[in-house]
Amino acid sequence: MVKASIEARGDLRLTRLTKTYGDFTAVDDLSLTIPKGSFFALLGPSGCGKTTTLRMIAGLEEPTAGSIHLGETDITTTKPYQRPINTVFQNYALFPHLTIFENIAFGLRRRGQKDVKEAVEKVLNLVELPHLAQRKPTQLSGGQQQRIALARAIVNRPALLLLDEPLGALDLKLRRQMQIELKWIQKEVGLTFVHVTHDQEEAMTMADTIAVMNEGQIEQMGSPADLYDNPETAYVANFLGQSNLIKGTISGNDGDSLIVDLYGQKISLPKNRSHAIDNSTYAGIRPEKFRISLLNTETRGNVLTGGHIEDVSYIGVSTQYQVEMPWGQELMVFEQNDDGVAPFNKGDAVNISWEPTFTFALRGDEDVTAGSQIEPEVLDEE
Amino acid sequence: MTQKLKDATIPTIPIGARIQRWIGRNLIRIYAIFAFTYLFIPVAYTFAFSFNDSGKSNLIWKGFTLGNWQNPCGAPEVCSALGNSIKIGFLATFFATILGTMIAFAIGRHKFRGRSTSNLLIFLPMATPEIVMGASLLSLFLVFKINPGFWPTVIAHIVFCISFVVVTVKARIASLDPRLEQAAMDLYANEFETFRRVTLPLVAPGIAGAALLAFSLSFDDFIITNFNSGTLTTFPKFIYVSAARGIPAQANVIGSAMFFLALTLVIVGQLVNRRKVR
Repeated sequence: MVKASIEARGDLRLTRLTKTYGDFTAVDDLSLTIPKGSFFALLGPSGCGKTTTLRMIAGLEEPTAGSIHLGETDITTTKPYQRPINTVFQNYALFPHLTIFENIAFGLRRRGQKDVKEAVEKVLNLVELPHLAQRKPTQLSGGQQQRIALARAIVNRPALLLLDEPLGALDLKLRRQMQIELKWIQKEVGLTFVHVTHDQEEAMTMADTIAVMNEGQIEQMGSPADLYDNPETAYVANFLGQSNLIKGTISGNDGDSLIVDLYGQKISLPKNRSHAIDNSTYAGIRPEKFRISLLNTETRGNVLTGGHIEDVSYIGVSTQYQVEMPWGQELMVFEQNDDGVAPFNKGDAVNISWEPTFTFALRGDEDVTAGSQIEPEVLDEE
Repeated sequence: MTQKLKDATIPTIPIGARIQRWIGRNLIRIYAIFAFTYLFIPVAYTFAFSFNDSGKSNLIWKGFTLGNWQNPCGAPEVCSALGNSIKIGFLATFFATILGTMIAFAIGRHKFRGRSTSNLLIFLPMATPEIVMGASLLSLFLVFKINPGFWPTVIAHIVFCISFVVVTVKARIASLDPRLEQAAMDLYANEFETFRRVTLPLVAPGIAGAALLAFSLSFDDFIITNFNSGTLTTFPKFIYVSAARGIPAQANVIGSAMFFLALTLVIVGQLVNRRKVR
C-alpha cells in the first residue's frame, strides 16, 4: 500500500479531517473534495486552519482524526515522501547549499528518474529562467526564487501541487504578474493546484473554486463569482470585498421573489439568494451595485429614499460616497467615473437604487461585522 | 580673475578646527592601530626570536640565523612532544566531534525528558576550573587503576572538548530553517537521505568549526594534561618544563609556524567564502 501511494492519482478527498493542539482546534471536522485538475484556493485569515489543512495534505502534520484520500488510495498516515504531492513553501525553502539545477533535480534524483537534465532544463524554460541553472539560491531575487520553488515542485509532475501563501513575500506589482503566470502554468501543466492564501484578491484572480475558511471550518465554497455575488454568511460577505448589510424583515412573496421591509421601505430580491431561516434578515448589496440619484428623478428596481450624502472620496476610476440613511446607517456606494465628473456633493438629498437580482439576504441573527476587520489592506488594492 | 574672487569670498577654516576634524575622523583608526599593536607584539616577539642564534637560552638576541627554521627538531624532545600533542589533538577532536555533534542534534532537535537538564549539564565542564577537573580526573583514573599516560590524556581531552563542540554545533542547528528538511521530505527524500543531503551539509560548517576549536583547545591544554599524562611529554608541557632552563628557539619556530598555518587557513577560508557569495 505504501508503494502504491506514490502512484495515486485522482480527486483529493478530505473526510471529517480534524487537528487539535491541546485545547485548540485548528481544523474542525472538515470534509472537502478537490477535483482533479482544478485550481483550488483555501482562503481565510491567519489562524483559520488553512495552513494546517495544507500541511496535513502534504504529510507534514498528522491529523488527530479523519482521513485523506487521493483517488481511491488512503494516504492519511503515509510519510511526506510517499505521497505524490509537492509543496511550494511560503518562503520557498530552496536548499542554500545546492545550485538552482540541483534544487530542481532533487525530487527527480530521489525517485531515481532518468533524463534529469532534460526535465530540469524543460521546467527552467517554463519558468523562463534557464540562464540561472548554475547559480545559488541566495544570488536570486525574490521573484526568481519564487519561480524556482515552483519549478522544483512541478518538475516532479505531482498529482497535487500545494502552494502555501506563495506570493506573500513579493511586492504588489510582482504579485500581480505572478498571479497571472501561476494560472497560466497551471493550465499548461494540467496539475491540481491547492492554494492557501489570506489575500482574497489573489484567490479570486487565480482559483476556479474557493473555500472560505473560518475557525477550522469551511464557511462557504464556490466559484469566485458565486462567493462574491451570493455570499451565504456575513463573514464571507465582508471578507471578500465590502458589503452593505441592512437589517430587515421578510414581509411577503411575489413569485420567485421575496419582499423585504427595510425600515419601512419595501424591496424585493430573488428567493434563491436568500439564506435567511426565518423572517428576520439582513439584506446585502455590494457598494458598486448601488446607483445614486437626486430626489424626484426617475429610478428603477429597488429604491431606498431619504438619504444624504455624508462624504465624497474621488479615487480616479470611481468615486466613493457615504450615504446616511434615515435610520442612521451609513451606506457605501461606489460610482464609476465613466462620465468624468463627480455629480453629487456632500449634503445632497438622494435616493439609492439597484437591480433586485443583485441583492442577497443573510440570516437575521448574524454578526454583521464578522470578517470585516480582518484584512484592512485589501481595500487599497481595489 | 573669478578664481581670485572665489578665494577671497570663501572663509578659511582655522588650523585648530582642522586638526580637531582630522582627529575626529581618524580616532577609530588610531585606536585600532594601538589595539592591534598590543595584540601582536607577543607574536612578533616569538617570530623574531625564532631567528635568534641563541644556543641554549633564547632570552637575549645573539644574531640572526636560519638554522632553527632549517632544523626545527634540533632541540632535544621538541618534535616528539609536538608529535604527541598532534596525536592527542587529532584523537580527542575526532571523538569529541562525533559525540558532541550527536548530543547537539539530540538536544537541538528532539524533545525528551531531561532535555533542559542535559542542556545545563553540558556547560559544566566549560565552567569547571581546569585545575579541579584535571585533579579529579587523575584521582578517578587512579581509583580504576589506570596509570596516567597517553590514553588517559586523550580521554580527559575528549571530556572538555565535547562541551565546546555541542555548543558550537547546537548554535548552527538552531539557525537551520526546519522547512528545508520538510522540503526535502516533500521532495521524496526519506529521513536518512534528508539528513545526508540537506541537514548534514548545512550543519557541516558548524561541525568543522567545532572540530577546529576542539583541536586548538586540546593542543593548547596544559593543566589537565599535566595531571593525567604521567611521563608523556606534550608540546605545552615541554615548553613549561624548558622555561626553567631556557626555551629553545625551535619552540619559537614551531609556535610561529602554527600561527602562520592558522592565519593561512583563515585567509583561504575567507577567500573561498567570498568567491561562493559572488
